[in-house]
Formats: sequence, structure tokens, C-alpha cells
Amino acid sequence: MKKVIYADNNATTAVAPEVFEAMRPFFTERYGNPSSIHTFGADLSREIERARAHVARLLGAEHDTEIVFTSCGTESDNTAIRSALASRPKRRRVVTTRVEHPAVLTLARFLEHEGYEVTYLPVDGRGLLKLEELRAAMDENVAVVSIMAANNETGVLLPVEEAGHIAHEFEAIFHTDAVQAAGKVPVSLASGAIDLLSISGHKIHAPKGVGALYVRRGLRFRPFMLGGHQERGRRGGTENVPGIVGLGEAARLAVAHAGEEQGRVRLLRDRLEKSLLAISDSRLNGDLERRLPGTTNVSFKKVEGEAILLHLNEHGICASSGSACTSGSLEPSHVLRAMGVPFQFAHGSIRFSLGRFNTDADVDAIIEVMPGIIETLREISPFKD
Amino acid sequence: MGWDYTEKVKDHFLHPRNVGRVENPDGVGEVGSIACGDALTLTIKVDKAADRIEEAKFQTFGCGSAIASSSVLTEMIKGKTLDEALKITNQDIADFLGGLPKEKMHCSVMGREALEAAVANYRGQKSPKDHEEEGGRMVCFCFGVTEEKIRRVARENRLETVEDVTNYTKAGGGCGSCLDEIERILEEVRAEAPPEKPKAAPAPRKLTNIQRIALVNEVLDQEVRPQLQKDGGDLELIDIDGTRVTIRLVAHCSGCRAAGLTSIWIQEKLREIVDPAIVLEVEEEG
Repeated sequence: MKKVIYADNNATTAVAPEVFEAMRPFFTERYGNPSSIHTFGADLSREIERARAHVARLLGAEHDTEIVFTSCGTESDNTAIRSALASRPKRRRVVTTRVEHPAVLTLARFLEHEGYEVTYLPVDGRGLLKLEELRAAMDENVAVVSIMAANNETGVLLPVEEAGHIAHEFEAIFHTDAVQAAGKVPVSLASGAIDLLSISGHKIHAPKGVGALYVRRGLRFRPFMLGGHQERGRRGGTENVPGIVGLGEAARLAVAHAGEEQGRVRLLRDRLEKSLLAISDSRLNGDLERRLPGTTNVSFKKVEGEAILLHLNEHGICASSGSACTSGSLEPSHVLRAMGVPFQFAHGSIRFSLGRFNTDADVDAIIEVMPGIIETLREISPFKD
Repeated sequence: MGWDYTEKVKDHFLHPRNVGRVENPDGVGEVGSIACGDALTLTIKVDKAADRIEEAKFQTFGCGSAIASSSVLTEMIKGKTLDEALKITNQDIADFLGGLPKEKMHCSVMGREALEAAVANYRGQKSPKDHEEEGGRMVCFCFGVTEEKIRRVARENRLETVEDVTNYTKAGGGCGSCLDEIERILEEVRAEAPPEKPKAAPAPRKLTNIQRIALVNEVLDQEVRPQLQKDGGDLELIDIDGTRVTIRLVAHCSGCRAAGLTSIWIQEKLREIVDPAIVLEVEEEG
């Protein structure tokens, strides 16, 4: 197989070697059930609690018990929003944004069928959320406000702490999907603005199949998965011990590497972005400043994104696009549409998301082929001028 | 969602044939738009005496399968007379590429439309697409698809579900508010279409249960029973359950030593014309 240049870290990440090593014993040697009475199983509880402490530290949670392990970011989101609705039973409104991940948007649409009124807040042309819009949408009937911390497609950061305070003025519960933000940018829990926060393991170099939900102490909570007494009754189902241990180790590493995202990864991204924007008729999708350090989303006028990805694929380069042909529908991504990106740009968007394992050589390789790919595709386009 | 593209699609995408515009084209077909996410301009040079396409070139904005469909189209029509070229269906384009993912069938439809438009342009006529756009009632406003186009593509490709219609025409792929309407149109198209006469070598296709039952009946009545009756026999159709067809051989046939061979022959006939998955069961008489 030819060398793969992986620049799609917002989709998923490689399991870090340290994470893999930490998990290894928990498959074939220490495979017990933490709920068992024998020490072979029961000792595993200690491993889970160690992982919990690492995740709490990564998120800046005050108490380890505020962390509940789940199976993925989507489960965390569903759990959080359902629990919030259950603890405000008289309220019938939900406020979220038009740029959320499908894990929240699909649930929101489903809630509409259940009779909830859902408000989808707009974003501006740079993907930013205006807090006045949130304030204007609030009233005493809002049960939960759910706003993502960082957008997966553009990397744009949303002002979740301020949004949380506004939600609290109306005694609504505030949830944030921090799947993309966690481990990359600080999301502060200290001020108490955030009641519930979702993360996913596989975005931070842990394996797929494990996630976590932060639940602020004192918040009324209703489990989503009903079953055994695991996770102090908050999430039924035998614990995914290897996954949880992996997430713990990944969280520990994320803390250790925190400076790297803002430093080395950001520099790589900036260098890549600069050369992409040097190609004619290109534009950046998303705010230049308020963004994840590793993400760049650039559109090329009158070129179709899937075609770009196919060419990149020939060079072993992995990226994503918000074009219709790759969004699984016939329209460009809901995020780019919400930002009002013109059609002639929206179909030609491409996202590179860099991470801990990307090198200067990766960026060089992308920079080397991109201008030629865009030129080739423009050659065969009927819209030359 | 990964790419389920054949080697042929990849080849035509990475090495597109006949890119550009022919000089002083005799016919130009322009379909699609930037807003829709794909667009194709086909230009042709026609040998007027022979009514033959001498040269064909394309320019395409779109995904991998749109580019590959355009490229392969130019290869398919070169050297053909206009009438021969017009016989090329969107399914032919897809088949030539070794198949397209079903969500991408609209790319082959776009190729076919560009061909019709280019030929009509040469002949100074209006293309079916123009007719549809001018006289047609818009059903899908997101992608500008008319009722006439939906009917035509559904008929030509024997589309069965609303999802098929979206895959082939894009209609319904935006806001989704026209999906009920598409369902209604599709029901009408299905109702109007009588099962086609069995052909000698029909293209493989997906049949609905109703279509399959009708076709099995037709084959048995027109092809099989006359043969059996010549030998003084006959058959009764007992049941059709999916692809399982149960018959009873009657009179002369039932006790005949060749009955086994007869039933194999009937099964082959049904497989050939109706569906290769047909399994024939012969009930014993009495």
C-alpha cells in the first residue's frame, strides 16, 4: 500500500501508540467484569476510576464523578439532551444552532415530531454565532440549549461559556458538544456555565467506541441507557474497560500535548492554508481567528469537491469535502449553507484537519499536488471564466 | 460514504477523453448548473452527408462520476449516426462504465440529456429537456426538475421508488417538500406502463412483484403453453411467490417421461425473459 497522508483528523484519529499499549492487557489478560465480586474483575474498577480522573483533568472538571463514560459522542449528546428535557418536564422548547453535528440535529428534528419547539440559531458568513440571537430566542419555556464548542467542518469556535450564562438566566440547562474542541482548545467548566459536555474518544487518539459525558455535580440526571448499576446508575451496560482505559490514556496525553496543538499543529495548518489560498479563486470558509488550530476549510470556485478528493486519493492524501456529492445528499453541507457560502464555492469546499501525527512532509505533499489538481479540474470545466 | 466506483469510472475520471470544445461546433448541448453541483457542455461536429457524429468533446463541472459519464459519452457517440446516437440511454452510459453507484445515476441522465440537447441544437429543434423546462410544471424547486422529466426518466428506467427518482433526477434531494408529489407521479407512471413484451435478450432489471407476476403469466401464455399444447399437454399456474413459480403440468405432460426436461425448459425460459433468479417448482397432479 502506498503511503497514506492522513489530513482528516476531524473525522477520526489514529490511536496513539501509548493508548494502544495501555489498552492491550485489558483484552486477553485482564478481561474481567468490573461488577464481579472476585478481585480479578473488581480490580478493574480502579482502572476505570484512574481513566475517569484523567478525563476530568482534561476537561477541568472539579470532581471525577462528574464524568460518565459512554460509547461515543453521539450517545453523549443524546443522553445529555434527553436528560435535560426530563429534568425540565414543563418546558417545551429547545434552542440549538443550524451548524450542529447530526448527532444533535437529527435528535432535534426528532424532538420536533415529539411536540417540542426547536429554534435553530443562525450563524454569520464566517460561521460565528451572535449571542444577541441566542438571547432573543430565549424564554422561560426553553428546557435546554445545546451549542457545539467547535464546528467539525470549519473548526469555528462558538462562545459556549457566554451562551451557557445566558441559558442559565432563563433557568435552562446548557449542553455543549465538545467532540471537536476537547483536547485542542480549552473549554472552561470553572465558571459553571456548562452543565453537560460531550466528548468522543476517537477524535483524540483513543479508539472508536468510547466517549464521555460531563455532568455538572448537582444537576438532575436521567440515564439514557437503562440497565445495570454501572457508572453509578447513570449509564447501564458493562463497561468498555479497554476503551475507557484508552480514553483515559488519550486524555492524559492530550493534557501533555496541549501546547503542541496551539503551537506546532497551528503552524502546519497556517502554512498549508496560506498556500491553498494562494491558488486563484479560493476562499476560506470560517473565521480566520476563532478556529481550531488544526482545521482549514477552503473552497475553490467552480470546482467540485468530490473530484478534488478523488484526485487527492490518488496521491494517498485523505481529506473531506462539504460538497453535495460527499455530504451523502444532493446539496452542499448544511454548515456551508448556514454560512451562506455561494453555490459556486460551496460545491468546491475541502477540509484538511491536521493533528498530532502530521508532519511538515505531509503539508509539503499536499501543497505540491493541490494547485495541479485544481488546474486540471478547471481545465475540463465549462465555467472557465 | 466511500466510493463505489469501478476501475472504468476511475480511468475515465483520471484520464478523461475528448476534453474541450470542438471548433465551430455543429451542435451544442448545455445541461446542469453550478447551483445544482454539476453541469456539462457537449459539442459535436457532424458529417452532414452521412448524418454522422465526426467529433465530440465535453466540458464538465462535477464529481468523479459526472466527469467519467461525460468522457465515456463522447467515446460512445463518435462515429455513430445521429439516430444511432440518440438510441443511447442513460443506462447504456452507466453500463459502459461498468455500473454507477445508484446515488450517482443522475450523472448518466445528465449525459443523455446533453446528447439530446446537442442533436436537437444541430437539427434546429427543441430538445426534450427544453420542452420539459418550458411547458413543464416544476415539481422540485431545489433542483429545477419538472413533472415531465420525472415521468420520462421514471418510464425509461422503470423506476420503482421515490428514492430512485431522486437518484436519477435529483428531484426531492433538497428540502424534500416535493417527495409526496413524486410518489403520486410515480404511481401514475407505474399504472400507465403495461408490462413490456418479452424480448429475446432483455437487459437485466428489477421487477416489482406485480410486474413479475404479469410477465410470468405472459411468458407462460405466449411462449410455453402453445408448445405444450402442440404435444397435447398444458400447464396450470398455481402460485408466484417472489421468484418462486409453482406450476402443475396437466394432461399429456404430467405423466410424460420428458416431464423433467419440460420443466427445466420452462424454468430456463422464465429465467431468460423474466428474472435469472426464478426457481420453478412443479406440483404433482392430484
